[in-house]
Amino acid sequence: MRIIVIGLFLLSFTLNAQILEYKKFDDFEKDYLIPNNDTTYVINFWATWCIPCVKELPYFEELNEKHKTDKIKIVLVSLDFTKEQVINFISKKKIKSEVVLLSDSKTNSWIDKVDPDWSGAIPVTLFIKGKEKHFYEKDYHDLKEIETDLLKLK
Amino acid sequence: MKNLTTIALILITSFSAIAQSGYRIGDTATDFKLKGTDDKMHSLAEIKDAKGYIIIFTCNHCPFSIAYEDRIIAIQDKYKAKGYHVIAINPNDPKVNADDSFEKMKVRAKEKGFNFWYLFDDGQKIYPQYGATKTPHVFLLNKNRVVKYIGAIDDSSKDPAAVEQTFLANAIDALDAGKKITPETTKAIGCSIKTAN
Repeated sequence: MRIIVIGLFLLSFTLNAQILEYKKFDDFEKDYLIPNNDTTYVINFWATWCIPCVKELPYFEELNEKHKTDKIKIVLVSLDFTKEQVINFISKKKIKSEVVLLSDSKTNSWIDKVDPDWSGAIPVTLFIKGKEKHFYEKDYHDLKEIETDLLKLK
Repeated sequence: MKNLTTIALILITSFSAIAQSGYRIGDTATDFKLKGTDDKMHSLAEIKDAKGYIIIFTCNHCPFSIAYEDRIIAIQDKYKAKGYHVIAINPNDPKVNADDSFEKMKVRAKEKGFNFWYLFDDGQKIYPQYGATKTPHVFLLNKNRVVKYIGAIDDSSKDPAAVEQTFLANAIDALDAGKKITPETTKAIGCSIKTAN
């Protein structure tokens, strides 16, 4: 009984999960795009309404699960219009990877800072380790495809 | 068999190279003949005495496209009389999202009272030539169909109240005044163009 109560308590905590919102791109950039450690970052830009993005999320979740103990951090950067949309989505789909909301609407000022090759369409994914950065404007169709690109980092 | 695979690979590679290139500033854009929500076929040549064409790849389902509908209507209201015409083209394959079907385009055009042609890129032949990658994606052409501006409508997709720079309107004003357009290209987040494969 006690376990159920604790479980319910933890569940309600998850459902009320808050996510970090970045209203300024520069703050987000400092925290995720210019790492000063030896962690590998896999950063996926997505939105709840973007069909190809939602389709590939499970593969990033698999990657997250598989590398839990490694120095690999998966970050799902939502470009949704409201925080509520994202929170509802991640609660419903039980997303375990780290999710942040990037709500800086002045997109023309920061798209090129993510990568000059980015047209602005989503999904896109960045693989970063130290000063090395690989950018892909494409959809992933399974875990293996993501891991292939991940392995291209030295 | 190996030869066939090689040929196929070359074809695929060259095709994606074409698909990715698209127009740059100064290129002459193609005209087209596409069906509009008024059930008529339309082409740029049909607009007599146009000073310019505002080609906007957009669609029904994308939240960014929806967020811009009223602003596109306002641009047509302001600039059509000056000779600059908005032409909206839906580049998506409705097999991917039924909301982007020709029938749904008609419904949306009527609901919102679109004051511009809303055309369907049936067969997806036009958007790769322009190099559109997302919706909305704007190409401003002068009267000779030379590309003068590529990119976003303004600097605040999600929030019309926060707009500080009206990139497209500034570009049309500069074109009309015979002045240099700055910036000539901009970027905004949009929905990737949907293809069935």
